[in-house]
Amino acid sequence: MSDPLIDVHGLTKVYGEGPAAVEALRGIDFSLDQGEFIAVMGPSGSGKSTFLHLLGCLDRPTAGSYRLDGQEVSGLSRDQLAAIRSRKIGFVFQSFNLLARTSALENVELPMLYAGILTAERAKRAQELLGRVGLSDRLHHRPNELSGGQQQRVAIARALANGAPLIMADEPTGNLDSASSVEIMTLFRQLNRDQGITVILVTHATDVAAWSDRIVSFRDGLIIDNRPAAEVFPAGRGEAAEPAALRREAAP
Amino acid sequence: MSLMVLIRTAWMALQRNVSRSLLTMLGIIIGVGAVIASMAIGAGAQAAVLKQIESLGANLIVITPGSVTSGGVSLGSGTRTSLQLSDVNGIAKNVPEVAAAAPYSQINTQAVAGGANWFTSIGGTTPAWLTVENWSLSQGRFFTDDEVAKVAKVAVLGSTVAANLFPAGGAVGSTVVIKSVPFLVLGVLTSKGQTGFGRDQDDVVIVPITTHQQRLTGQTWVNTILLSASTPDTVPGVIDSTERLMRLLHHLAPRDADDFTIRNIANVQQVRIATSQTQALLLAAVAVVSLVVGGIGIMNIMLVSVTERTREIGLRMAVGARGRHILLQFLIEALMMASAGGLIGIGLGVGISSVVSLLAHWPTVITAFSILLGFVSAEVTGIVFGFYPAQRAAALDPIDALRYE
Repeated sequence: MSDPLIDVHGLTKVYGEGPAAVEALRGIDFSLDQGEFIAVMGPSGSGKSTFLHLLGCLDRPTAGSYRLDGQEVSGLSRDQLAAIRSRKIGFVFQSFNLLARTSALENVELPMLYAGILTAERAKRAQELLGRVGLSDRLHHRPNELSGGQQQRVAIARALANGAPLIMADEPTGNLDSASSVEIMTLFRQLNRDQGITVILVTHATDVAAWSDRIVSFRDGLIIDNRPAAEVFPAGRGEAAEPAALRREAAP
Repeated sequence: MSLMVLIRTAWMALQRNVSRSLLTMLGIIIGVGAVIASMAIGAGAQAAVLKQIESLGANLIVITPGSVTSGGVSLGSGTRTSLQLSDVNGIAKNVPEVAAAAPYSQINTQAVAGGANWFTSIGGTTPAWLTVENWSLSQGRFFTDDEVAKVAKVAVLGSTVAANLFPAGGAVGSTVVIKSVPFLVLGVLTSKGQTGFGRDQDDVVIVPITTHQQRLTGQTWVNTILLSASTPDTVPGVIDSTERLMRLLHHLAPRDADDFTIRNIANVQQVRIATSQTQALLLAAVAVVSLVVGGIGIMNIMLVSVTERTREIGLRMAVGARGRHILLQFLIEALMMASAGGLIGIGLGVGISSVVSLLAHWPTVITAFSILLGFVSAEVTGIVFGFYPAQRAAALDPIDALRYE
């Protein structure tokens, strides 16, 4: 039995000092296996965002341990964390965050630049990735020439650029219409199923969360619920019904 | 991350706002332009002076009358009428190291020959002048001491005057009328060209000093006396002896001030060099100020650019950019602006220099060193003032940067 991809013990994050200190995370224990697809939910201020920043190696915990892919990362420096992000984690954002006036191809190449991958290899890999997200015919389009759904696909291709085993998607469908949302979620499911990519999805929307296998809920800096999606959203119930049905359809 | 990629990234960022990038560069452009122009003017003046010393000889000594003081107000050098032809002869006879001594008086007036006329400088002197000026004739002959003594109406033309009055040639043997006095042209001087300061030395007519005094000006005195020391080493001795002799000739009591001024050509040039160096220094000060202002401009725009691109910086960090990647990217942007500004500034400096030499007739020389210095100061400005904004960008927190609206 291999180590879990993510293994967190007593993870604590405190902002500020003294009496003004705010405890955003109060000792989280959590683990996630390679190939899982989870949704993180919770109201604003629940500690959900802080948790994701820590898992995404964008921030360092005040206390506790975090092993990512077998490596302890809680005590690493800024530059060491950047190196971890470069290799292990792909980010997908609500607002896409593509570079303006820059072609889809070059946007996908961006993480490879910082990973020191050579020009020819970069172009080859970026083309292949854009093909995988269904944008082979949009390689040289700029973000403003692409639809929202297409832009988010470019962002997903970018997240995969350095072969990261983990994708963290923060409200990836927040700026998309429902048809595009379904497209994007279908893509995430495919990547998860076909390539074993681990997906952590952050969302407020239950219909989006319903695409995941497991729902992790936060409140007041603690995980209050961690259950399979099927238990949280029994099929046929309310808004979750449609994506769940689509999900079954998408599966062969 | 390779340098080419960094340069391309920076280039793309600058391209997004061309007019702003250009405005940012303006200070650098002016600064570098001023560096180039000031050095060109300084070097040009020096070169001109050297050229002049070379053509006149370092052993030229000039005596001018002292200044008249009227009611406590000095009227300036040359206002006295104290120099006489007899002084010239006295110096030539009694100061052994003097190779040649010649008077020189000058008026500006019209010279007429047949249908042509030309406004020029009419100089009166003696044959010794040719030796003092180290000049020779291309046609005909110079007038003799005998002709000077006889107040002969003869003249020698500078090549510019000859060309303008006698475009078809045949100047020698013709007549030139100056102030209604007909002069027989004996010869034409070789062409000496412009002085380093743009005056045409060939635009001159030379007549015997006696004729000049009695027929043209009515003066009994001479404007200047030109001496040529036998070697450059004897110049100080000649100046010393000449001063003592002149005091004797002018019957000055020990407490009287000199009624003449003796200057070596080197002294005159030193004043000119000093003047042009002052001007160059002034321009250099302008250059430094512009470079600092230009640098602050770069810093200002870079800070704005960092703020505007906060999200982009956050994204770059999220996908694996380290602090130094971001630092380098912004530093290279600053350097590229500085380089472009530097190159345009070099063009501007070269332009200013040619305009200055064209319009003001100041000699200018553009040296490779000044171009190098201009470019290097632009780069240094870029690095120094680009560093702070770049460091600020590199120190951004990726989470805050990504959240920035």
